[in-house]
Amino acid sequence: MTSIPAAASLVTDATQPAQSPLRLSWQRFKSNRFAMGASMVVVLFILMAIFAPWLAPHDPNETDLLRRLQVPVWMQGGEWSYPLGCDALGRDLLSRIIYGSRVSIFIGATVIFVATAIGVVAGLLAGYLRGWVDAVISRLVDILLAFPYLLFAIGLMATMGPGLQNIILALAYKEWVIPCRLVRGETMALREVEYVEAARAVGASSFYIMAREILPNILSSVIVVSTLRIAHVIILEASLSFLGIGVQPPTASWGSLVADGRAFIWDGWWVSTFSGFAILMLVLAINVSSQGLRDAFDPRLRD
Amino acid sequence: MTGNLLEVHNLVKHFERPRSLARRLLGEPRSVVHALNGVSLFVRRGETLGLIGESGCGKSTLGRAILRLVEPSSGKTVFDGVDLSQISPAEMMRMRARLQIVFQDPYASLNPRKSIREIVSLPLKLHGDGSDGENRKQVENILLRVGFRDDQFDLYPHQFSGGQRQRIGIARALVSHPQLVICDEPVSALDVSIKAQIIELLAELKAEFGLTYIFVSHDIATVGHLADRIAVMYMGEIVEIGSTHDIINHPQHPYTKALLSAVPRLVAGARQARQVLAGDLPSPLAPPTGCKFHTRCPKAEPSCVGTTQQLKPVLSGLSQWVACSLSEGAHV
Amino acid sequence: MQVSQPASATERQQPILSIRGLCTEFATPAGVLRAVQDLSLDVMPGECVGIVGESGSGKSVSFASVMGLIKPPGRVAAGEIVFAGMDLRKLSTQDMRAVRGKRMAMTMQDALTALNPSMTVEQQLLEVILAHDEDIVQSARWGKNAKAYKRAVEMLELVGIPSAAKRLRDYPHQFSGGMRQRIMIAIALACKPDLLIADEPTTALDVTIQAQVLELIGSLRRELGMSMVLITHDLSVVAEQCDRVVVMYAGQVVESGPTSEIIGQALHPYTRGLLAATPRVEDLAMPVRPIAGTVPSLINFPRQCHFYSRCQQRADACLSEIALSEPDVWRQVRCIRSEKERCA
Repeated sequence: MTSIPAAASLVTDATQPAQSPLRLSWQRFKSNRFAMGASMVVVLFILMAIFAPWLAPHDPNETDLLRRLQVPVWMQGGEWSYPLGCDALGRDLLSRIIYGSRVSIFIGATVIFVATAIGVVAGLLAGYLRGWVDAVISRLVDILLAFPYLLFAIGLMATMGPGLQNIILALAYKEWVIPCRLVRGETMALREVEYVEAARAVGASSFYIMAREILPNILSSVIVVSTLRIAHVIILEASLSFLGIGVQPPTASWGSLVADGRAFIWDGWWVSTFSGFAILMLVLAINVSSQGLRDAFDPRLRD
Repeated sequence: MTGNLLEVHNLVKHFERPRSLARRLLGEPRSVVHALNGVSLFVRRGETLGLIGESGCGKSTLGRAILRLVEPSSGKTVFDGVDLSQISPAEMMRMRARLQIVFQDPYASLNPRKSIREIVSLPLKLHGDGSDGENRKQVENILLRVGFRDDQFDLYPHQFSGGQRQRIGIARALVSHPQLVICDEPVSALDVSIKAQIIELLAELKAEFGLTYIFVSHDIATVGHLADRIAVMYMGEIVEIGSTHDIINHPQHPYTKALLSAVPRLVAGARQARQVLAGDLPSPLAPPTGCKFHTRCPKAEPSCVGTTQQLKPVLSGLSQWVACSLSEGAHV
Repeated sequence: MQVSQPASATERQQPILSIRGLCTEFATPAGVLRAVQDLSLDVMPGECVGIVGESGSGKSVSFASVMGLIKPPGRVAAGEIVFAGMDLRKLSTQDMRAVRGKRMAMTMQDALTALNPSMTVEQQLLEVILAHDEDIVQSARWGKNAKAYKRAVEMLELVGIPSAAKRLRDYPHQFSGGMRQRIMIAIALACKPDLLIADEPTTALDVTIQAQVLELIGSLRRELGMSMVLITHDLSVVAEQCDRVVVMYAGQVVESGPTSEIIGQALHPYTRGLLAATPRVEDLAMPVRPIAGTVPSLINFPRQCHFYSRCQQRADACLSEIALSEPDVWRQVRCIRSEKERCA
């Protein structure tokens, strides 16, 4: 008769490596080919923005009236040195698009970064502390949400005047309510979960609980929503620039490029089209990556 | 100075449903849930007090109210001579090292983003006066004691089974060497064979560390095995309290009798003298007047509707108290 | 309530449900999980068979397989399931649907998720009645709904729901847990099935409500002459309600037999361990002894005794595949040592 060793009455699993939920999510993301492909595209765009000075064949602001509305390379009269043709002032479209990515991505990322930072803090405070803090923040959120986004932004820009800083402010003004609402809801739910109660039972301060118990567990939803919103903000900025109250010439953003091309859409269709196409590609790639992130963080078949 | 580690005097907890401004202006009455309706009891040093009852009786709320995880509406809790309702938040924080709780749900009671070492280290980080190295050693010791190997300390909760997770919860409760531990249904979510392992562990740790337990559960058989004394709760009140032997073998209150009668026995064949209670639990929003049990009591009389019952000692032994004016044992 | 062993094979009735060698598997990324292996049992007409097991024992999966509810990545890999003379595995989906709900019904553990929260109780009862109740299905169109409605009210009254007619129009969330369980029972019994499979009917309920529901199930069973399979982890419930017990561990039947024999003279080390680990309110002095270890993972599990890692009496001979002791499904043990140790 073999007797059981004493330790076998306790935990008997074979040794396994530590697997934090983060690592598990990363593994799931890696195995999703669509998401990986889309995020490669996003990375490429970002690299394009960073290395614009080296990638762009020409100075985006260099005008050459002789090349007014020069056709793209595959049409008759096009040249390889100006592959996507030129705009009404003879500026190389490809270079303008490459430099334009800087503006769009920078604005998108900054607005979301600022909005998420504010929104997460506000949401945590409102959701965890409740009471008058929640009442004030929620009313503010409700009021801001009542304004239509674009009109609000237009109004702000009209009052503040043009400029990069002002665009970021105008867009962030309302954007923070999105993460705030999300974080508030999730915080209110997590507040009652037993591991948060356990932290209270052990004597942890509210600050510690918000920062170390709740925040890490809602970050995945925040990341998913924020990445989706970047795409949204890029389009908004493009809309503002299209309307003429976004970035001012000579700085090119994709939106302003589309606007420029409007006037001669029949003679020089490539200006609006390729700029619009750039917006489309980046937004699509961001959306697909975001879906992939969501599936990676929260698979339905989790135990 | 009594031998009581804990005394609870008339603890009351009401939960009010928030009303909108409009309703308040219209003068609509509040909807209040009377979770605890004046509970008094004591727990002696080194004993295990069992708290039994069904859903909505308030046993979990009582445990949390004692710990001030939920603030009592009124009443006082005296722990080791200190009135917990009177002390400052900073003092209460320090007290928490001595009053701990083990939770019911092994899946929800551990932060999924922290390793088990981090989870169990938290109490020491907040209360420990040792150095980092000493704290680390203390955490490792308690984890080893509850059954983990040292190569498992950095794993995450989802890598463990339900029974193992409860061990982590127990380690977290005990790492700061508390005096009183409230076990809130610690084995309800576990399989039978694992339940027995955890109960054995809890019993061993109690003896080893000289702990006092309040064991809250709806599983009467388990409580019967672990507890020295048992308190039976119904709709926010204690209806009977006494030694385990007396409560299980000589219950006085009609509810206790029905409860014990309802527990299935591990004996083949249907039982004949089974007492089945009629009806459902009354809504906690509109509790019955007088004796809260009168709507389902087989012995109810018209007088029960009007009079609120008080706990009175039973004649046979002063250690057993019943809140029923009609119970068999005559009262002192 | 005890059904004693019949004297000879000829006197024995035909079982209402007969399972032989059932194997159900799930394909997981890590390998094949054999959730049920070689399950064989009979349910006689009018008797109540208890299936006892912990998580991972395969008790729920077994009867989901019988009801034809296993979907990919799971599949019934082998075995024979004969219900009232019909081979269930050979039935078409449509025929199976006719059997399910009408002659064989199942109730689930969590009534709140098993009942449709957006349909009233009336709608859910009528759904079953209009689909399966032969008299009503075949009656004239204009009278059908009225008859079905009357039947629905009868069913609710039968299970003890007060003000049945009024409450028909309520939604599941408006009832308490015990009431919901009764509604599920009413739906299951609406067409007077021959066999009721109750999967953990009282696990989520308070003990006094549990007593009410078990009493109800017991009396209905006797009244309707129905057979029942009661799946639970609670040995005491099985002791009081069931004529025979089947004990499952890690996907296999490890022991089965009449209730009094299983409780009084358990042969398999797991059954004995389970009995020793169950605290008894009727005998507080009896020590509670845990079973060491945990249930092994059933993915790519080697062909040996499943209980080996936790057994106090294990030997090297246990490292091979163990079969059930008797081909007869009346009293079985899956343990090579039990033959020699047939004593209390």
